[in-house]
Amino acid sequence: MTGTGVGPELVRLDGVSARYDQHVVLSDVSFHVHEDQFTGIVGPSGAGKTTLLRLLLDTMRPVAGTVWRQPGVRMSYVPQLETVNWNFPVTVMECVLMPRTRGRRLPWASRGEKAEVHAVLERLGIGGLAGRHIRQLSGGQQQRMFLARALLRQPQLLLMDEPTSGVDVSTRHDVLHLLADLHEEGVAIVLTTHDLNGMAAHLPHLVCVNGRIVADGAPADVITPAVLERTFGARMEVLEHLGMRVVVDESPASMLTRGQA
Amino acid sequence: MDTLLAPLEFAFFQKGLLVATLSGALLGLIGVYIVLRGMSYIGHGLSHSIFGGFAVAQLFAAQFYVLGAGLWGIASALAITVVVKKSRVGADAAIGVITIASFALGVALFAKFGSSGPSFDNALFGSILGISTVQIVGLVAVSLLTGAFIFLKYRALLFSTFDPEVAAVSGVRVTRIEAALMIVLSLAILATLTVIGVTLVAAMLVIPAVIARMLTDSFGRMLALSTAVGAACGLVGMYLSYYAGVPSGTMIVLVGAAVFVAVLAFTGGRGLRRSAGLDAHSEDLLAEPAAR
Ligand SMILES: Nc1ncnc2c1ncn2[C@@H]1O[C@H](COP(=O)(O)OP(=O)(O)OP(=O)(O)O)[C@@H](O)[C@H]1O
Ligand SMILES: [Mg+2]
Repeated sequence: MTGTGVGPELVRLDGVSARYDQHVVLSDVSFHVHEDQFTGIVGPSGAGKTTLLRLLLDTMRPVAGTVWRQPGVRMSYVPQLETVNWNFPVTVMECVLMPRTRGRRLPWASRGEKAEVHAVLERLGIGGLAGRHIRQLSGGQQQRMFLARALLRQPQLLLMDEPTSGVDVSTRHDVLHLLADLHEEGVAIVLTTHDLNGMAAHLPHLVCVNGRIVADGAPADVITPAVLERTFGARMEVLEHLGMRVVVDESPASMLTRGQA
Repeated sequence: MDTLLAPLEFAFFQKGLLVATLSGALLGLIGVYIVLRGMSYIGHGLSHSIFGGFAVAQLFAAQFYVLGAGLWGIASALAITVVVKKSRVGADAAIGVITIASFALGVALFAKFGSSGPSFDNALFGSILGISTVQIVGLVAVSLLTGAFIFLKYRALLFSTFDPEVAAVSGVRVTRIEAALMIVLSLAILATLTVIGVTLVAAMLVIPAVIARMLTDSFGRMLALSTAVGAACGLVGMYLSYYAGVPSGTMIVLVGAAVFVAVLAFTGGRGLRRSAGLDAHSEDLLAEPAAR
């Protein structure tokens, strides 16, 4: 797994700044996404991670800098679960089929389309849930349903916002393996995550964001106390365990015990 | 049986029944998108604004008042879309001011110059009287257009209603679809205004859709159910208004409200949970449709 960006470029941001109303959220960001990309974007809440994805996706225009996209590039997006309208009346089948809008299509799913949806749900380990309402899934299942919707377009570039927030350890492992397989098959992947140990440390390439790009590189170069403090503005210790970086923050609990000692 | 068949001997009642049923179905169908997009205040605003256009147009060219009202309606629909897109803050207020001012202008013109078309009460609360063949043809045409639009653009409409950002990424032309939906909505309001009435159209956009939502979790089924419920309310409401001798729109909305209560009793907490948070504006409309 390389993933640090070789092969032709799919999307390129150069010196890009973005803002909402008068509030500048990202400044002078340069980020090139290659066909072989497998990158995790880390940073504190409000750092501009989702905004960075929006810039890559072209759902938001930068106020400065240039954006280039490979003509006709197919991108898919898996949104942050917190932003989804869970009251909306759609079943898993209806939701996964949504991207199929091209050409002359009937409102209802054809037999071939149904088979396709069942196959991708099966692959993601949520076969048999096609008839359920989207709210009747667990967090991990909801995440995989949106991944299924994204995969139905056979994307060249898959962008995911917090794909493992609120899921258990084994679901997180499943998602990681799945993404590794997809990357192996030639899908470029950019995702955001809060989870330094469970997610970021396992990815081949990381970008640290906090209003700008603070650092980027392999986890071994990026997961260091100095970079983390600049990114998160908090002191963290980094341990080495079986060749992996493990981040330990100063939890309130440890502060309490230290206070007592 | 005889009492049911008796009014059918009158041609005007046959027309009224046809128009009421079709109007209910049409509003029920579009209402699904309006409610799910949290746009019911736009339906409310548009009907009031069209009333102003209607009053102005009939001053100048009485025979073309429907055309004038239609153009006014489409113009307001597009203006509202632009206002909503451009400014997140205060869009509700801006729309409220514009449309209610338009409505007030209509009321003033009506009071001063009277009407060569429907009477004031009839325009506000709907009437079976004075339904012309032209209006029936118009309603049928708008219904066919709406049906075709929703059939052909079903998936793009669903995607951009559920998740406009991801829809845009997946190649759906969201802005165009939304503008088309607004035009179809204003045509539908215009075509149904005479039987349902200015003040009650917005309620009929909301009630069938909310009832359908309480009964199903599937989007496809919600569309079908909402259309059927709208049609049934139109049909039954028109009969009842004939016997009760009250404006047709009032009875159609009251039948809708009765069905709502019945479905609520039937589905209980489950229905409530399904419809929870559907559309903040729809609750105001359901609470007090005639007072607006
Ligand atoms: N639609 C919007 N309008 C105005 N401000 C916004 C909007 N979306 C985000 N912001 C602001 O921009 C900043 C960056 O937001 P963004 O969503 O990119 O952060 P994030 O890194 O994804 O955070 P999180 O980890 O909490 O998802 C935040 O301060 C946020 O309040
Ligand atoms: Mg975010």
